[in-house]
Amino acid sequence: MKALVYVRLKSEVLDPQGQAIESALKNLGQKKISNVRQGKLIEMDINSHNIDEVKKTVDQVTKTLLANTVIEEYSIEIK
Amino acid sequence: MDIYKKHGIDEKEKKLLLDYMERDPSNTEIGIFSVMWSEHCSYKSSRYWLKNLHTEGKQVIQGPGENAGVIDIGDGQVVVFKMESHNHPSFIEPYQGAATGVGGIMRDIFTMGARPIALLNSIRFGELNHPRTKYLLSGVVAGIGGYGNCVGIPTVSGETGFDSSYNGNNLVNAMCVGVAKSDKIFYSKASGIGNPVVYVGAKTGRDGIHGATMASGEFDEDSEKNRPTVQVGDPYAEKLLLEACLELMQKDAIISIQDMGAAGLTSSSVEMADKGQVGIELHLDEIPIRQKNLSAYEIMLSESQERMLMVLTPEKTEVAKNVFKKWGVDFAIVGKITDTKNIKVIHQGNIEADIPIRYLTDNAPIYERKTIKKSKSVEYRDKIFDADTKEFILKVLNSANICSKKWIWEQYDRTIMANTLNSSGCDAGIVRINDTNKAISMSCDVNPRYCETNAKIGAIQAVAECWRNIISSGAKPLAITNCLNFGNPEKPEIMSDFVDTIKGITEASIVLDYPVVSGNVSLYNETNGSAIKNTPTIGGVGLIENIDFLDDFGDPKIGDEIVLIGKIGEHLACSTLEEVIYGETTGEPPAVNLNLEKNIGKAVLSLIQDNMITDCHDISDGGLIISICEMIMLKSKLGAKISVSNKNIINQLFGEDQSRYVVTVSQNNRYNLFSRLEKLEIENYILGKVTPKELKINNNITISMDELTNAYESLIPSIMCN
Amino acid sequence: MDVTIISFPGTNCDVDTANAVSRKLNTIPKIISCKEKEIPKSDLIIIPGGFSYGDYLRSGAIAAREPVMLDLVNKAKNGVYILGICNGFQILTEVNLLPGVLLKNNSLKFISKTIKIKIIRNDTFFTSSFAKNETVSIPVAHHDGNFFIEKKALMEIEDNQQIAMRYVDPINGSLNDIAGLYNQKFNVLGLMPHPERAIDIRTGSDDGIKFFESMLNFANI
Repeated sequence: MKALVYVRLKSEVLDPQGQAIESALKNLGQKKISNVRQGKLIEMDINSHNIDEVKKTVDQVTKTLLANTVIEEYSIEIK
Repeated sequence: MDIYKKHGIDEKEKKLLLDYMERDPSNTEIGIFSVMWSEHCSYKSSRYWLKNLHTEGKQVIQGPGENAGVIDIGDGQVVVFKMESHNHPSFIEPYQGAATGVGGIMRDIFTMGARPIALLNSIRFGELNHPRTKYLLSGVVAGIGGYGNCVGIPTVSGETGFDSSYNGNNLVNAMCVGVAKSDKIFYSKASGIGNPVVYVGAKTGRDGIHGATMASGEFDEDSEKNRPTVQVGDPYAEKLLLEACLELMQKDAIISIQDMGAAGLTSSSVEMADKGQVGIELHLDEIPIRQKNLSAYEIMLSESQERMLMVLTPEKTEVAKNVFKKWGVDFAIVGKITDTKNIKVIHQGNIEADIPIRYLTDNAPIYERKTIKKSKSVEYRDKIFDADTKEFILKVLNSANICSKKWIWEQYDRTIMANTLNSSGCDAGIVRINDTNKAISMSCDVNPRYCETNAKIGAIQAVAECWRNIISSGAKPLAITNCLNFGNPEKPEIMSDFVDTIKGITEASIVLDYPVVSGNVSLYNETNGSAIKNTPTIGGVGLIENIDFLDDFGDPKIGDEIVLIGKIGEHLACSTLEEVIYGETTGEPPAVNLNLEKNIGKAVLSLIQDNMITDCHDISDGGLIISICEMIMLKSKLGAKISVSNKNIINQLFGEDQSRYVVTVSQNNRYNLFSRLEKLEIENYILGKVTPKELKINNNITISMDELTNAYESLIPSIMCN
Repeated sequence: MDVTIISFPGTNCDVDTANAVSRKLNTIPKIISCKEKEIPKSDLIIIPGGFSYGDYLRSGAIAAREPVMLDLVNKAKNGVYILGICNGFQILTEVNLLPGVLLKNNSLKFISKTIKIKIIRNDTFFTSSFAKNETVSIPVAHHDGNFFIEKKALMEIEDNQQIAMRYVDPINGSLNDIAGLYNQKFNVLGLMPHPERAIDIRTGSDDGIKFFESMLNFANI
């Protein structure tokens, strides 16, 4: 199965990258865009057909490695 | 839980607070009290003792109490410097914790009108093979580099240590050095009733609320879960703020300026008003905010980074606004100076706080905590190591605290600004002052092993080593800053060590005329009741008035004689060798004779500046042989042939006796050197000669360059896997 | 010689570069903001190193969309000499004045060290004072210096002899050890090393002076 893990800064945490992108978009004339936030997408294949097991594993590795839950939140999509 | 207790205010302090206020304080007021009375802001455990530090000298323009210390370097120029800890945040989130530590100390420097010219750091981690060390080390190093490299200030020197006592509390002490004109120094003292209070820099969010109280408490296993609001550093915003502030400082608009560090808007506004003996009124609706619905409590306590508070002359407000607009930095008039001597906070039409400032500063709690002296050294093993000398040398070079830290410092931009004269990790970093022939030399030092075993001797040694490192670079030592990292001060034996540390620093800085001009205290570095080793980091600054002599220094030549200045090594108690061979040390650390230190240091400095020696390195951790290896083999890629007496050879090679240097002298200058040392009555010994390759001791020990280099350079890359 | 240096928010080598130009090219350069629409008449335009816009999104990406870039591209077409150092090189690739892209170093770490560089060509405006294939020591300090380009395009730039310099020892994963690159007309040069930090032996190397000497010689012809 394939898992997609989206990691992004929690909404209350400052995102300098998102801010810089937003102001660059504004300079390009896109005045209607706001709240730009930048995150990461991590893709992986998992050799298992048990969706519960896959969810559990991915959640585990995300908590321990992929995201620093002090500042980041994540969501998982299994395909 | 009681709201006071939740804010780290104990019963006694709660009573004092209620007595002061004579009414029930608002939540915002409790928040303000809690951060201002926290250990981090109030220095309540340490203040009583810190006032004993030696802070004066004719070179001192500003001692402790301002954003940073200021010393005179002649020609209308001053050096502004300070060191600060960011230990707790970098344990929770190593990259951001270290990055914001660098950002914070840099702001302390440019707040005073100085352009930063160099960064240094002293970082400590748990054992190299502890599971968390690799993660913390790579995060902290990337964070320090990520911030300093981006702003564009070279990181020129530092030290890294590993010890199991830091397994649950790593240390990040960052130092910044800047240069300003002596008639353009800016202070935090507010004045002028009615003058506008201006906020500049990044917008305020919920970052790090209660960072100051967090830095004042011990860790437990839940710490990581409890703290959702670590600050994120934005070096790009810092660079813009730096340039905007320095530009405005040329325009006679600023009356006072203070960076918003720990406890953010609260401590910056209180400190400015307190120094000027005035009141301050803040209108929080004017504060630039990043998130909707921030409460007054949150705005006052936020520790969002890259922000400053200023008091301006009213007629220059427009000029100031335009400067910040040009740099794309937020600028807002958020209040005014009043004559009430109160801090008054207004938000959405309500008075959220109105507190007499003295309750937050002079009348804040101060403790003379209990001290119980406890001897920690165990009896010296007094065992002569009769094992293989060669194996010892290679083992020490391959040990965590001695080995090359190139993996670390190659991640720091050391050449930006094009004035770095030495950044190879040896002794001190040297940075030329632009458009002059002067240079500043800087070093950070402490030996926690000594400090833990005997706090006073260890503190004296840290100051002396920092003096020695500045001397070895050819500079005259001028003044120091410090970061006093300790465990829980409520434990009498830790408090006793803290007091002894202050005594030691004071004694050393008086004799060496090396006053303390700034500093910081970090207490409660404990996890589950287990404290770090006492770690009073000393950061020193020295001056080279004319760098011309450096052209012929730092480059030993084949055939040069190798000379030990100072006594022959004996002291193996509490040494690196003991630690490396046994994993623990015994006995007392080596004591420093400060008058001898001073005489030898002055003599060595004159030898360097008169170009009578070709290279010089102080002797510290690891003893004589490690200094020789570092200076001749590992730095200059040459060999050495030395002979020492066959009696107590291990003591001679690895003894950590103090006040010693190893130097190299050309055949042309050898007579002059020895006659000068004789005249000054300074002990010295000829050890041997610089050779093309390999280390030879007494004709029976030979170590090849490859063996030495491999031992010295392989450890950290092998642990970090690249 | 008229020299202009373009400064972006977050540029941090503009002052070092201006100092090097005034000391070694004997001319006081103009430093202009990237918000300007027009670059003053110049013989040489330098885009210095730094972290323009924090290097957020991709290094050089936001800078490459600034107003000044239209005029820069025009001037490049008209043969004005353009030098991009480090972040300047990254910006020049983002604006397509140079081919390829600079990825994160393969170590994923920032690298700051003085390294050996081989100067491949000595017949251009920027390098005439070097010997052919001369090896020099110049500091690098970058996080994204790993030059990448598609295979076909790589063969093309090699065939056209557009490679300006190579790392003597691989340091960041760059294809064919490319450290610096010309455009097809050889009036645009991008390089990762910092010659402006190598103009004084006291700071470790003065090998960078030859870049400035080359430009000065060329200007005097």
